[in-house]
Amino acid sequence: MKYLCLVYFDGKVLDNMSETEKIAFDNESLAYDEELQRSGHFIAAEALESVKSAVTVRMRSGKISTTDGPFTETKEQLGGFILIEARDLNDAIQVAAKIPLARFGGIEVRPIWELTKK
Amino acid sequence: MSEDARKNVREKVDEIYRLESRRVLATLIRLLGDFDLAEEALHEAFTTALEQWAHEGLPKNPRTWLVSVGRFKAIDNIRRRARFDSSLAQIANELGPTTENPFAEDDEDIEDERLRLIFTCCHPALSPDAQIALTLRTVCGFTTEEIAHAFLTPPPTIAQRIVRAKSKIRDAHIPYEVPSHTELPDRLDSVLHVIYLVFNEGYSASFGDSLTRHDLSAEAIRLGRLLVELLPEPEAVGLLALMLLQESRRAARTSPTGELILLNEQDRTLWDRAQITEGLRLIQQALASRRFGPYTIQAAIAAVHARAARADETDWNQIVAFYDILIQAEPSPVIELNRAVAVAMRDGPEAGLTIIEEIFARGDLLEYHFAHSAHADLSRRLGKIEEARASYEKALQLSQQRSEREFLERRLREL
Repeated sequence: MKYLCLVYFDGKVLDNMSETEKIAFDNESLAYDEELQRSGHFIAAEALESVKSAVTVRMRSGKISTTDGPFTETKEQLGGFILIEARDLNDAIQVAAKIPLARFGGIEVRPIWELTKK
Repeated sequence: MSEDARKNVREKVDEIYRLESRRVLATLIRLLGDFDLAEEALHEAFTTALEQWAHEGLPKNPRTWLVSVGRFKAIDNIRRRARFDSSLAQIANELGPTTENPFAEDDEDIEDERLRLIFTCCHPALSPDAQIALTLRTVCGFTTEEIAHAFLTPPPTIAQRIVRAKSKIRDAHIPYEVPSHTELPDRLDSVLHVIYLVFNEGYSASFGDSLTRHDLSAEAIRLGRLLVELLPEPEAVGLLALMLLQESRRAARTSPTGELILLNEQDRTLWDRAQITEGLRLIQQALASRRFGPYTIQAAIAAVHARAARADETDWNQIVAFYDILIQAEPSPVIELNRAVAVAMRDGPEAGLTIIEEIFARGDLLEYHFAHSAHADLSRRLGKIEEARASYEKALQLSQQRSEREFLERRLREL
């Protein structure tokens, strides 16, 4: 079963880190990706640029509407994701709990709904 | 077949339903991997039992018989539906038939299944409301109407909570298992929390249909016992002790007219000695483990009260000491407030009042009616009548419960 772990956090947390802290934290995050590859959980993982660079796109009555900013304005924003293969929700929760950013923000764990052509 | 014999079988089946239906359900959920299928299978198994046992007599092991029949009925049902929905055919094939015995025979495995059921119903991925409803429904066998009645909530709301919880278990793949050793502390917390909420709902509500509400406390104690039997973790033991010690005072807590009676005014001869004895024994057991937590410490406080034959024999020094430990284990303004009341009993009202005013000054508990009534009570004892009046009135504004309101109104009149 696939789960998407959405990593939410307040961008200020990273802004307030020193350069050495940031490097150590990035390395920790990359090391965790590798650990998940070894354990067979890993499918894909990416970090996202700051929400300042986000656009939100909607199609309404055939017209594209593009607005500045993220889909919702909240303090904690989507900052990255890890797509994993897990045995079940408990397994996924264990994986999510060890994502380094879980210490500062929150991880939303969403089961993937497999679309099939009928 | 004679009417008498038929009635006899019906009584036997009813009794087996009472004693075994939750165990049978737990096993069926594991075998079928679906709560709804399992519930349907359970009812079909009992319906079949009524007919078949009337002709053939009771089987040697009714529980095994029921699981086996329930499982075959479920597979039959899936096969029938599979004619209309091809995705079900595969499920039916996976479920059976198998030659190996699909269900646990020895009691230890069966108990393990019930534990699995409790942990699944109290999974933290479900909302606390849903955890409570699903636990009462599945583990305790309450009907939706009974749960609705006990929580003063419309039945459709409860029904929907249960439906949503079951779909979440299915869609998010919440596994049917007892958590591993590393997960256990967190997961046990949420099970204990559900039991405690059920207990409190029954304990603190002294209005409305008190009989049904009392059932909730009794059910929480029964659940607590089951948990301790299956998984004797110190905090589970501590929670059971806490519930027994609180429950022991039930008869003394309200007057015949339904008014609230405070601990120091209660007729202690009305306290249930058997529950106290058991609670005190359990608390020793939990404390001896040295791995106890907040429930055990709260039980230890309740135990100090239980040991005092008269209110003025209460060892307030010990109670304050336990509150100090409790605040370290679980810092919270409500616990600080309770500690303040204990300090007032030990060192005089002035000392308690200072602590409560510090809590208010921080901006905590301003909307909590117990904080204002405690403040009022200590002010009254110091002869600060105006402060007392203002605080009783504030408490009255915030309190919803009939017996509490009557108590506050009485105090206001007596000023």
